[in-house]
Amino acid sequence: MSNALDLTLAGALSAMDKGELSSVELTQAYIDQMAATKALNAYITETPDIALEMARASDARRAGGQTGIMEGIPVGIKDLFCTKGTRTTAASHILDNFVPTYESTVTSNLFSQGAVMLGKTNLDEFAMGSSNQTSYFGDVVNPWKTSDGKNRAPGGSSGGSAAAVAAKSALATTGTDTGGSIRQPAAFCGITGIKPTYGRCSRWGVVAFASSLDQPGCFGRTVEDNAIMLRAMAGYDPKDSTSIERAVPDYRAQITGNIKGKKIGIPKEYRVDGMPAEIEKLWQQGMDWLRDSGAEIVDISLPLTDKALPTYYIIAPAEASSNLARYDGVRYGLRVEGVDLDDMYAKTRGEGFGEEVKRRIMIGTYVLSAGYYDAYYNKARRVRKMILNEFLDVYNQVDAILTPTTPSAAFTLDDAPSDPVTMYLNDVFTVPASLAGLPGLSLPAGLSSEGLPLGLQVLGKPFEEGEVLNVASVLEAAAGFQRL
Amino acid sequence: MAIDRDTVTRVAFLARLDIDDAQKDAMTHDLSNILTFVEALNDVDASGVEPMTSVVEAYAPLREDKVTDGGYPDKVLKNAPDRVQDFYAVPKVVE
Repeated sequence: MSNALDLTLAGALSAMDKGELSSVELTQAYIDQMAATKALNAYITETPDIALEMARASDARRAGGQTGIMEGIPVGIKDLFCTKGTRTTAASHILDNFVPTYESTVTSNLFSQGAVMLGKTNLDEFAMGSSNQTSYFGDVVNPWKTSDGKNRAPGGSSGGSAAAVAAKSALATTGTDTGGSIRQPAAFCGITGIKPTYGRCSRWGVVAFASSLDQPGCFGRTVEDNAIMLRAMAGYDPKDSTSIERAVPDYRAQITGNIKGKKIGIPKEYRVDGMPAEIEKLWQQGMDWLRDSGAEIVDISLPLTDKALPTYYIIAPAEASSNLARYDGVRYGLRVEGVDLDDMYAKTRGEGFGEEVKRRIMIGTYVLSAGYYDAYYNKARRVRKMILNEFLDVYNQVDAILTPTTPSAAFTLDDAPSDPVTMYLNDVFTVPASLAGLPGLSLPAGLSSEGLPLGLQVLGKPFEEGEVLNVASVLEAAAGFQRL
Repeated sequence: MAIDRDTVTRVAFLARLDIDDAQKDAMTHDLSNILTFVEALNDVDASGVEPMTSVVEAYAPLREDKVTDGGYPDKVLKNAPDRVQDFYAVPKVVE
């Protein structure tokens, strides 16, 4: 089959079921494409030998009549998921020699459903960033090009995962989303990505950033591809005490394309100052598409929206400073010798962490330190509760919420904001739902004047990923977005 | 809130982070900006609201108190920068 790379995940499963394609053929096509697109730097570690071995085993299973949900599908794994025997770096110098002796629950679920691992994808260091530029392993280049010839950022933190799907060097990839790290890069790279409800996918074996916010999810070419992969990843895990004991539905079957009578909320606070007209227009277009399909558009208000980023930039660094205390040069990772134990800790961490990670550890340590804990950390936890309550109140009136995913299209790597606070503003539309633990999806819905993808975000009620995917499928059909 | 260089030095010690002198001014500047940014929360009246502990209805799962795993020191110590027998080795801490 000459056009194996053009198949969606659903299409590839169907072609393999019919015997038109083997997993080895499909996987080899992706390995070749991985080599052809190496300059994008989407992968930190490529594992073609493992991929072919897994593909052969998959073909044997299929021949024996055993097929998992992801049987034979070549995927990229964000290098934040521990993979047994394969280096897992979190894109940090401090872990650049770390080879886990165990497998994360999410990758274990994927592999037991037949997925094939192509390699470990690039990301912002410890998933802290919105442009993938904090990676110790270098920038990732967005596969979308513009006439100015300048390289664009893929977004972050899951920038490598998003770029790989857009460049067809993976059929689908895993990501993690703490404040927008799946939805923002999906928007920048013109693909579809979903972050499920907090607790839906196990965090066990995922290198921790901010534990009350981190949630694994996935990237794919289509809404349906996301539905298939998410089902394979999700599920209760006794090893993660925050994972939820709830049956995982067949998300694919929940995509009916029927949204008649559904109420879709449009939060007025997401019309931020300085939002480009083309994003406003795309949002309006999204409302029209949903209305044309029988949904009712409802104006809603989420008054604390502009307090979400300040809340996030207390809670996430606080949790990060505590989680990253484990990198001490003793149990794993880098060690830099010093004159005594304290000096060894400080030198190891000073040399092992990059600038953005250091900033967040410092902020976190400061807001948790004696005298500041109540004013910063507890205040932020109170406001976070109020933000959650606002969403839950609104969900008494509406079934889902529609917003733009990002306030701009992908910026160039050269012109990326150097000021941390300006960079943080990229996540203005994604962070509120992260604080509330809600499911959210971004899909490509149009192009900017420069020809770059723009995303729309669909947010749902807790555990209603199926509803989110179904609403998104209607937008996808109406948008007819041309993928790369 | 603006913070000063001494505060940066103190917090860096608490975090066991070596920050060289050349980086300290930039760090002081960036942290001051971030702390000013998060002060937007001062406008929110959150009195009477309990701080959030979990975004979803969660309960602390209980299990029988017995050993369910373990007994493989080589796996546990495989990534250790330094080991002595079945122990992590660290620089001398007692004189």
